[in-house]
Amino acid sequence: MYAFDYHRPDSLRKAASLAATVEDAKFLAGGHTLLPTMKQRLASPSALIDLNRVKELAGIELRGRTIVIGAMTRHASVEQSPEIQQALPALAELAHLIGDPQVRHRGTIGGSIANNDPAADYPAACVALGATIVTNKRKLAADEFFTGLFDTALEDGEIITKVVFPVASRAAYAKFRNPASRYALAGVFVAKRGSDIRVAVTGAGESGVFRLPEFEEALKKRFSPKSIEGLKVSPDGLIGDIHADPAYRAQLVAVMARRAVAKAAAR
Amino acid sequence: MTTVSMTVNGKAVSADIEPRTLLVQFLRENLRLTGTHVGCDTSQCGACVVHLDGQAVKSCTVLALSCDGATVGTIEGLASDGALHPMQEAFREHHGLQCGFCTPGMIMSAVDIVARCGHHLDEQTIREELEGNICRCTGYHNIVKAIAAGAEAMGASSPMQHAAE
Ligand SMILES: Cc1cc2nc3c(=O)[nH]c(=O)nc-3n(C[C@H](O)[C@H](O)[C@H](O)COP(=O)(O)OP(=O)(O)OC[C@H]3O[C@@H](n4cnc5c(N)ncnc54)[C@H](O)[C@@H]3O)c2cc1C
Ligand code: FES
Ligand code: FES
Repeated sequence: MYAFDYHRPDSLRKAASLAATVEDAKFLAGGHTLLPTMKQRLASPSALIDLNRVKELAGIELRGRTIVIGAMTRHASVEQSPEIQQALPALAELAHLIGDPQVRHRGTIGGSIANNDPAADYPAACVALGATIVTNKRKLAADEFFTGLFDTALEDGEIITKVVFPVASRAAYAKFRNPASRYALAGVFVAKRGSDIRVAVTGAGESGVFRLPEFEEALKKRFSPKSIEGLKVSPDGLIGDIHADPAYRAQLVAVMARRAVAKAAAR
Repeated sequence: MTTVSMTVNGKAVSADIEPRTLLVQFLRENLRLTGTHVGCDTSQCGACVVHLDGQAVKSCTVLALSCDGATVGTIEGLASDGALHPMQEAFREHHGLQCGFCTPGMIMSAVDIVARCGHHLDEQTIREELEGNICRCTGYHNIVKAIAAGAEAMGASSPMQHAAE
């Protein structure tokens, strides 16, 4: 890891003003993507702005029919939150499937979505549930936030402060893990809110998270795994690597979609 | 150089370090607590697991400066008055190690599992919870046995905690 300057603000305002003045700085959240990347010298920021002391960024709150999760909330806190387990169990289950216990003790939801790894889990939940990503400057719908591989609508120095998830009557996540890395080889989050049904896929798309409109239409007629039984996913634009080729991923996505719908329909 | 202060195994420590110093480097190189190991570059192996404010974390993936003011526990802090911790004793008893490289991380993770999941652990739970710890020697079988036994022994040796469950 190359040397860097270190800043540890204790408020959002200070973090934002550091980001505006310090050259070539990056925010440090849980560090479970950024530090490994810096160790491998794939990233070499001149300064880190550590968000771990910014208390106002962490916490979980049930507000009406929404769950508000602060950006610095650890995966383990989401997994273990009684409010989330009760109101939106699919999200607690998703958090439980991230990495391993030690990773979940450090990694944060803000870091995960800011990074937008094509194999990360949270982007699928954000898109399927129609979450709103709140920053220190504005609010963004999940559909416009995730703009491509490791790419988001965030501007330089913009800080995610929280993610607002609408509670869905029926939702579930099915993930096929890469057995070595535990990231998603294919993960499908299904959510039904009234007549709005969304199916979001992670782990498989070359440009990151994407939706399956054909599956969504079929499920609007009847919310059951039977409705999507014959549907196929096109391998075009899917990731092919040493772990799985596009055709295999396409098959996995269809299977994960059926599993997620079966689980959600039973709720 | 920046000053960092924290409590490690009950002792207040402080040092001037470079911001890029990882917690594991601080423990091994500044404090000479070499029981915490480094087995990979990718945050996957778990040889470096320590307790940070009571939670198991991979110390190779945390900056020492992020731990300013925190409480850290390492493998060196488990034994007391010359007697092994029940989890250490269980690893010895059940042959839960061969070369021993992964063992400090395994034991620190095991103690964390007991704190979160209780004293009566089935095999499935232990195997799932150990996903962040890799062992190249044992094939895990005896590690799983050791953790189940160590968890029970920890319950027996702290009757208050046991009764509270
Ligand atoms: C062994 C291992 C296994 C893993 N398995 C999985 C898995 O199965 N599924 C999965 O989804 N993830 C997995 N991860 C990734 C893990 O979830 C990371 O913690 C997460 O992707 C990044 O979150 P972080 O808090 O660690 O962010 P950091 O690494 O600190 O930051 C990541 C990026 O986001 C930026 N950032 C952080 N917070 C903010 C903010 N509030 N506003 C703006 N920008 C911000 C940083 O500047 C940086 O560029 C794994 C990681 C490891 C090491
Ligand atoms: S040294 Fe391998 S996970 Fe920390
Ligand atoms: S005992 Fe050798 S790596 Fe686990």
